[in-house]
Amino acid sequence: MTKSLGWKLAIIVGILVLFVFGIFGIPKDWSGPGLLASVGDRIHLGLDLKGGTHLILQVQVNDAVNVDSDNAIARLKEDLRAKKINYAEITKPDPVNHPDLIVIKGVPPEQTSDFKSIISDRLPEYNPSSGAENSWTISMKPQSLADLKNRAVAQAIETIRNRIDQLGVSEPVIQEHGLGEYQILVQLPGVDDPGRVKEIMQSTAMLEIKQSLGGPYPSEQAALQEHGGVLPPDAVLMSGKSVGSTRDTEGGQSWYLISRASAVTGRDLRTAEPSRDENGQPAVRFTLSGEGGRKFYSFTSAHVGDNLAVVLDNKVREVAVIKEAIRDTGVINGRFTAQETQDLSMTLRSGALPASIKYLEERTVGPSLGADSIRSGVKAAIYGMLAVLIFMLVYYRWAGVNADLALILNLIILLGFMGYFGAVLTLPGIAGVILTVGMGVDSNVLIFERIREELRNGKTPPSAVEQGFSHAWITIVDTHVTTIVSAAILFIFGTGPVRGFATTLVFGLAANLFTAVFVSRAIFDWVLSRKQRGEALSI
Amino acid sequence: MEFFRDANIDFLGKKWYFLAFSLIFSVAGILSMAFWHGIPLGVDFRGGTLVYVKYAHTPDPGAIHGELERAGLKNARVQRYGPTTNNEVLVALDIQETSEQALDRGKTQIIQALAKDTPAGKQDLNNSSSLAIANYLLEKDPLRVAADANPRYTAMAQAIVDYRDKQKGGVLNSIDELKAVADPAAVAALQDGFFASDFGVRSVEIVGPQVGKQLRNQALLATVYSLGGMLIYLALRFEWIYGVAAVLTAFHDTLITVGAFSLMNKEISLTVIAAILTLVGYSNNDTIVVFDRIRENIKLLRRERLADIVNRSINQTLSRTILTAGLTFLTVLALFLFGGEVLHGFSLALVIGILIGTYSSIAIAAPILVAYQDWRSERGKRPIAMPVRTGNGQDRPKAKAKA
Repeated sequence: MTKSLGWKLAIIVGILVLFVFGIFGIPKDWSGPGLLASVGDRIHLGLDLKGGTHLILQVQVNDAVNVDSDNAIARLKEDLRAKKINYAEITKPDPVNHPDLIVIKGVPPEQTSDFKSIISDRLPEYNPSSGAENSWTISMKPQSLADLKNRAVAQAIETIRNRIDQLGVSEPVIQEHGLGEYQILVQLPGVDDPGRVKEIMQSTAMLEIKQSLGGPYPSEQAALQEHGGVLPPDAVLMSGKSVGSTRDTEGGQSWYLISRASAVTGRDLRTAEPSRDENGQPAVRFTLSGEGGRKFYSFTSAHVGDNLAVVLDNKVREVAVIKEAIRDTGVINGRFTAQETQDLSMTLRSGALPASIKYLEERTVGPSLGADSIRSGVKAAIYGMLAVLIFMLVYYRWAGVNADLALILNLIILLGFMGYFGAVLTLPGIAGVILTVGMGVDSNVLIFERIREELRNGKTPPSAVEQGFSHAWITIVDTHVTTIVSAAILFIFGTGPVRGFATTLVFGLAANLFTAVFVSRAIFDWVLSRKQRGEALSI
Repeated sequence: MEFFRDANIDFLGKKWYFLAFSLIFSVAGILSMAFWHGIPLGVDFRGGTLVYVKYAHTPDPGAIHGELERAGLKNARVQRYGPTTNNEVLVALDIQETSEQALDRGKTQIIQALAKDTPAGKQDLNNSSSLAIANYLLEKDPLRVAADANPRYTAMAQAIVDYRDKQKGGVLNSIDELKAVADPAAVAALQDGFFASDFGVRSVEIVGPQVGKQLRNQALLATVYSLGGMLIYLALRFEWIYGVAAVLTAFHDTLITVGAFSLMNKEISLTVIAAILTLVGYSNNDTIVVFDRIRENIKLLRRERLADIVNRSINQTLSRTILTAGLTFLTVLALFLFGGEVLHGFSLALVIGILIGTYSSIAIAAPILVAYQDWRSERGKRPIAMPVRTGNGQDRPKAKAKA
C-alpha cells in the first residue's frame, strides 16, 4: 500500500511539474510581471479580450474561372484559324452563374472530328457536347473546375498573408474558413480600425503592361466610330483617367484601345517601391525580374515609337511613348497620394489576387471593451471558484480539502494544456474555466456521496472508499463523455470566442477525470494509511 | 453536514403535476415563438450592423436617434446597453441596410452621424487609432527629437491609447487628461490637431446575409448532432430506451430555455447557442446518475415494480443530484452576476438551463422509462431487459429470456 502510494505521489508531482511548466515555461524574470509576461507568451488571448478585428471574406472564384475560360476562347480561336475550321461565333452565355460555359455556333458538320481533336488536345480540362444547328457547348470538367476554384482560394490566402505580413500586424490568423464556401477567416489582433487593412487586402492589384493601339477617346462610342464600329480581334477598350485630371475631379474618363496580350504582368515583378516621378509627384517605381526584364526588353526594342499602357486592375493608369528599349525598371504614376503609393507598391510586391474578394462579416472589439471583459471574466472566475471551494470545505470537512486540492490541480492541468497547445483564451473560454470548476467538482460530490452511503451501510472506511470510487467511476465517465461530446461538436462548428469556450471545457473535463479520480483517491489512501483501524473518516 | 438524508418522496406519484408544469412552460414558450416574440435571433443569425458606443456622460437614446434620423438612417434602433452607469448605447441597423457590396457602410454612416460636431480640420482623439496619433506626432514633432523619433512617438501614441482605453474606459473628457501620461508639449500639439468628442466606439459587429444564414444552419446542425451523439452514446451504454428518455429530456430542456428567451424577448446569439449545447451535454449528467442507480437497483431488487425501483433510485441519488447541480449553479450564478454584459445572454441561458435540467432529470427522464414499461406490459409483452453491471464494473447485457 505505502509503496503504491509512493508511486502515485511521484506521478502526481511529475504531472504537476509538467503542467506548471506548460503554463509558465521558463520565465526570464521571476518577478510578478515577468511571470505574467511569460504566461502571456504561452497562453494567447483571443480577439474579444485583446481587442482586434475578425473578418470573413469570400473569394469570388467565378472571376478566376472567367479568366480561364477567356484564355480558353483565345486559344480556341487561334487553333480554329490555324486549322481553317469555320465558325459563326463564340460566346459565353452565362458568365455570372456558369463562367466555364462556352458556346460555339456554326461549326461545319464535316469538320466535327477536327474540332473535337482540337478540344481534346488543346483544352483537356474542357468537355465538348454537341447541340442543335451545328453548335457546341464546351464546359469545364467538374474536377478541373473544383481544382481551379480551390487553387484560387489557396492563392488568395497566400497573397493576403503576404500583404498582412508587410503591414506588420502581429500574430494574424489567415486560414480557409471551412464552414462556408470559398471563405477565408482573417483575425487581426490589435487592429481596431480595419478600414485601411481591408482596402489593402481587397485590392486585386493586377498589373499588366500592354501596347496601347489608340486613344485617348472621349467615350466608348467615339472609340468605336474611329475603328468603323468593329474593334480589331486582339484588342479591347479600356477606360482610364484623362491626362491632366486630378484625383479629385471625377468624370475625366478617357478610353484607350489596348492590345489583349500583355508584354509583362505583375508576376514578372521583382519589387515595387514608392517613389516620385519627374514632376515630383508620388509614383510607384517597379523593377522586373530577370525573365520579366528580358521579355520587356525584347518587347520594347521591337516597339520603339509605339505607345505603352500601364494597366492596373483593368484600368489604364498611364500611357507613354516608348523612346528606347527598356530593360527592367518602370514607373507607374497616376495622381496618387503618398499613402496610396505606399499601399500600391506593397500590394504589387505581394502579388495579385486571382479573383476579387467580398467581405461577409466584420467584427471589431476595441481595446477598452477587451480590458473590461478581462476584468469581469476574472472577477466572475474568482467568485465562482471561491464559492465552490468554501462550500466543499464546509460540507465535507477534510474530504473537502481533498476535493479542493484536486480542483486546483485540475485548473493547473487545464491551463498547462492550453500553454502546450498554444490554445487561445477567449471570454467564453474564461466562462469554460469557471464551468470546469462547477462541473469538475461534481465528480468529487458523486464519489463522496457514494462513500457516505457505503459508510452508512456499515462498511469500514477503507472499503467504503474502495466501493465509492469503483461505483462512481462509471457514472463519472458517462457524464464526462456526454458533456465532452457536446463541447467537441461546438469546437467543430464554432469559431473565435465559442471555440475558445469549447477548448477550455474539453481540456478541463478531460483533466478532471484524472484529478477527481486518481489524485483524490491517492489523497484518501494517504489519509487512510495514517489512521488507526476503525478510526472515522472526516467526510 | 448533510442535506436530504433518507429522503423518501414519491416522485412518480406526482408525475401529472410535473407533466402539467412542463407543459405550461413548453406551451407558453412555443406560443411566444409562434405568435408573440418569435425566436429573437441575435445579429449573428439575423445579420445586420451593431455599433456599441460609450459616452462620457449619460446618453439620451432619443436625441441620438434624432441625429441618426437627420443623417438619413431612418430605421436605426438605439437602446441603452448594460447598467445605466456604463453610459453605453447600442445602435443597430437591420439586415436590409447591411449589404455585402459595401459591408461597413452602415457603420461608417453611424459614426459620421454621431461625430457631426467635429470642428473643421480636427480629428477625434476618442476614435483615433494609435497609428493615426503616432503619424500626427511624427509630423508635428513637438519634442524636437532628432534621432529615433519614430519609436518614441509610436510608444507615446500607444501609451495615450492605452490610457484612454484601459484607464478611462475608452472615452476621454478632454485632451488635458493626457498630461498624466504624455509630455505637456506633446499634449499641446495634440490639442491643435485633435479634439475630444463625447463618445468612443467600443465594438462593432457586422454580419452579412450569407454568413447569417450559414450560422443559422450550423447552429441547428450542431444542436441536432449533439442530441444525436447523446442518443447513440446512451443507447450503447444503457438500453436504447434510456437514450431516448435522456434525449427527450434534453430536448425538453432546450425547448424551455429557448422558449424562455422568446418570452423575455432576449436575443439568441452564437454564445447562447454554445450555452444551450453545453446544457444538452450537462443536463444529461444528472439523468445518467439516476439511470446508473436504476440499473444497479434493478439487479438488486428483481422482484419489485419498476416504478418503486425508480422512485427509490431517485431518492437515493437526490442529495447528489441537488449538490452537483447546485455547485454548477453557483459558478454559473457568479458568471451571471459578475461576468459582464458581453456574457449576459450566455450566462442567462446557463442559469435557466441548469435549473430546468435538474428538474427534468427527476421529473421527466425517469417517468418516461416507467411510462414505456407500463405501455409494454399493457400490450402483454415482457418487461424490457436491463443491462446489469457485474462485480468488476463491466456491463453485460442480460438475456431477454431471463428477465
